[in-house]
Amino acid sequence: MPDSAREFFSAVFLVIGAFFYLAGTVGLLRFPDVYTRLHALTKADNLGLGFLVLGLAVQAESLAAALKLLLIWPLTLAASATVGYLIARRARALGISPWLRPEDR
Amino acid sequence: MNLALVFDLLLALMLLWSAWRALAAPNATRAVVMFIVFGLFLTLAWGRLDAPDIALAEAAIGAGLTGALLLDAVRTLGESAGADAGGARSPWRWPVLAFSPLLAVILVVAVLEAPQQLVDLPAVVERNMGLSGVTHPVTAVLLNFRGYDTLLEVAVLLAALFGLLALAQGAASAATRESFLLHTLARLATPPMIVVAGYLLWAGAHQPGGAFQAAAVLAAAAVLLHLAGLLPAWVAPGRLLRLGLAGGLLVFLAVAILPLAHAPLLTYPPAWAGALILLVETALTVSLGLVLAGLFLFLSGRSLRDEETR
Repeated sequence: MPDSAREFFSAVFLVIGAFFYLAGTVGLLRFPDVYTRLHALTKADNLGLGFLVLGLAVQAESLAAALKLLLIWPLTLAASATVGYLIARRARALGISPWLRPEDR
Repeated sequence: MNLALVFDLLLALMLLWSAWRALAAPNATRAVVMFIVFGLFLTLAWGRLDAPDIALAEAAIGAGLTGALLLDAVRTLGESAGADAGGARSPWRWPVLAFSPLLAVILVVAVLEAPQQLVDLPAVVERNMGLSGVTHPVTAVLLNFRGYDTLLEVAVLLAALFGLLALAQGAASAATRESFLLHTLARLATPPMIVVAGYLLWAGAHQPGGAFQAAAVLAAAAVLLHLAGLLPAWVAPGRLLRLGLAGGLLVFLAVAILPLAHAPLLTYPPAWAGALILLVETALTVSLGLVLAGLFLFLSGRSLRDEETR
């Protein structure tokens, strides 16, 4: 792949990744309770980081470096899914009830 | 103003902000969480300063392990512990507020007024790299040129663990039933973590990495296994564990003393330097990993038993 095409794909992936991080951050700030905020954050972790490492892997100097970058993704997926679950479980144990739309209360 | 400068200024602001939030937090948990956030910003700052070795150590030890230790301490002591000791109404507030900016000014002036360095240290390191046995300058300085600093650091860490062992009341921890997901994550993550530790150890010879970073990853794996209920807390170290804890320092000392007959302490013969450094770093990885894990595992015997398992 010529360098300009690499740069282009890398930029596209990085921008998509940044978008998911932005969306996750907006969700963290704007969503009403801990469970919905977790939902927003895990999306940022999963898709945002996925596109980010993809964008960086395209630019990597060697295949080994690209694979190392891509390895970060499944590791973080497993960790973030588990941590998200643990936080939600702890919140439930503390008796925080999920947010409901006003008309459903 | 270019973009990198904007980023650096933002980073500096976030460092100050997170440090302030950690100090001004209304309860202990928030303070610890903000301390971890501060550690992550500090990691980024070291990265921006082109110091990936320190960034790795800060992320793994400063933010990661220390954060876990502090969270565990909060859980054991209870949320309100120390809340009144240094709060906003403390009589020390004004002297501290007055003294901190003064100290900052003194430090800035000291940096600006620092005398010209008589020896150009980076150039000296560069010239002697051929003798060091490794190709990564940081490792050459830490394990060869200034090896006794590292030797003493290891001794200090071991002494800290001795102090902790003297204080910790041994209490056998009950086996905890932890969640299936955490259990699975710990089982899945531990083998790659051991591989990463080995990789960091090996990489230290020619790129950022080395014994401290590798040991931090090993210790993190031990803490994860412990939190998942797969590894019980340590009560009193048996013979094998004692050997493991002290082994790194013993090997380092032996390597340091070896040339004493015809040369000063810690002078490796250049032909052997690479192999000796690898030997020392391997022993240090195991021992420091056990020491760092021990800081957590020796302490948490009691707190885990007390916690309600859901």
